[in-house]
Amino acid sequence: MRYDVAVVGGGPAGLAAAAEAVRGDARVAIVDAGPRLGGQYWRHRAGSEPAELRRARSTADHLPNSPVWFAEPGPGLGFRLHTPGGPVRADRIVLATGAHDRCLPFPGWTLPGVVTVGGAQALLKGHGVLVGRRVAVAGAGPFLLAVAAGLAEAGATVVGVFEAGRLRGYAGHPRALSPAKLVEGGHYARVLARHRVPYRRGHVVVAAHGGEAVEAITVASGNRRRRVEVDALAISYGFTPQLELAVALGCDTRLDVDGSLVVSVDDDQRTSVPGVFAAGEVTGVGGSVLAQLEGVVAGRAVTGQPGDPRVLRQRQHARRFAAAMHDVHRPPAWIEQLADDTLVCRCEEVPYRTLRQAVELGATDTRAAKLLSRAGMGWCQGRTCGPAVACLTAHLNGRAPTAADHATFANRPLAQPVRLGDLAEPATPSE
Amino acid sequence: MTFTFDGRPVAAEPGQSLAAALWADGVRSWRRTRHNDEPRGLFCGIGVCFDCLVVVNGVAGQRACLVEVRDGDVVQAQP
Repeated sequence: MRYDVAVVGGGPAGLAAAAEAVRGDARVAIVDAGPRLGGQYWRHRAGSEPAELRRARSTADHLPNSPVWFAEPGPGLGFRLHTPGGPVRADRIVLATGAHDRCLPFPGWTLPGVVTVGGAQALLKGHGVLVGRRVAVAGAGPFLLAVAAGLAEAGATVVGVFEAGRLRGYAGHPRALSPAKLVEGGHYARVLARHRVPYRRGHVVVAAHGGEAVEAITVASGNRRRRVEVDALAISYGFTPQLELAVALGCDTRLDVDGSLVVSVDDDQRTSVPGVFAAGEVTGVGGSVLAQLEGVVAGRAVTGQPGDPRVLRQRQHARRFAAAMHDVHRPPAWIEQLADDTLVCRCEEVPYRTLRQAVELGATDTRAAKLLSRAGMGWCQGRTCGPAVACLTAHLNGRAPTAADHATFANRPLAQPVRLGDLAEPATPSE
Repeated sequence: MTFTFDGRPVAAEPGQSLAAALWADGVRSWRRTRHNDEPRGLFCGIGVCFDCLVVVNGVAGQRACLVEVRDGDVVQAQP
């Protein structure tokens, strides 16, 4: 089957793009890695689809369980997206591949029971399982509030939400705040208050303790430190966009205000590669509202429909809010937390010491540091440690991280793990 | 629904991932690391980090957070 438009990713951005493209009379496919539409944001259990997701649906073809492991131009015009179920061909594509939790290393972060904030959310919303009975939620960003509120409502004792940012910031960005955002934040604040969950600004989890699993954490605020008993810690510092396909296709990238590598797009969500559009977290982390607006813009542009001035204004406003959010929820001075033996790369078990030795041996850029230390060369291919290793390599070289440092880990010829049999499969004659 | 983990029966709800079912059963780790022999289990929960690898019906390297339980699955710790 050949499509006019293939949208990669079935989250808020992808669904919005697909719906607009369908309105533009295009034959549209949503190619999604998950078993159900919704992405990370509308993650749900089978049979309990959120109302918002139902409204976002369209008549586009849905290809579930189809992680795209390689994207290439041609043959001829258009593109070919390789999935475990075979190639999908399309004249134009919209990349809406989303993001995953941004992790920063600290002593004890590899203990079982320490999970990402998104991981705790996925366990609860996707599978109905509480991550722990006594849970701390920590890191930076508004997402902590949503997840802590959900855990508390589901019966966990949330011992605290520890937000690294100081949050006096939002007062400095009055133009970025919309009533909708305030209402949403207020809702979570009320839930947390009802469950007597303390919300601590300027607090950082600097260590996790335990043997076979986490038993306690150390929380620092300025010079004060205290130990808190927990059986689970959910911790992340914002999100890392999933750029593999964009980079594989040759799309230009840039560093965003939160330090993430993102896809560069123009006002119509066009990337630098003709026929390739991008929307949502891949173009800059900004949450579901911005993702949907970008999806609408991309879906119209990819089918040649004129931009809707109202949507363009709303997108501008949502982008201002995202910039304010990143300014307020800054990661802490996390490099100071590292001990010599703190693992930086979980997969290859590379301690901070080894990364430093790599730099002492002459690794001035992240690619060299990776090759010398093996950080980012394991199972996850640097998806988890990449942002931290890029920042650490730059820090150890006495400079700020660059787009090239971060691109080291976005540059993966195969975007998803793939079986050798799928790689060896010849293209089917029918396509 | 029931599957076995290292020979022991574990209950699961339809649609649950292996990781979620193990977690609900009180299991926090199901793998030891190669170098430091550290316990590992669920971390990212969405298929990104590969910490939760298990052997499912003889096939190694499966991400427990992505694989939905099927009745009678035989699950073993990743060697």
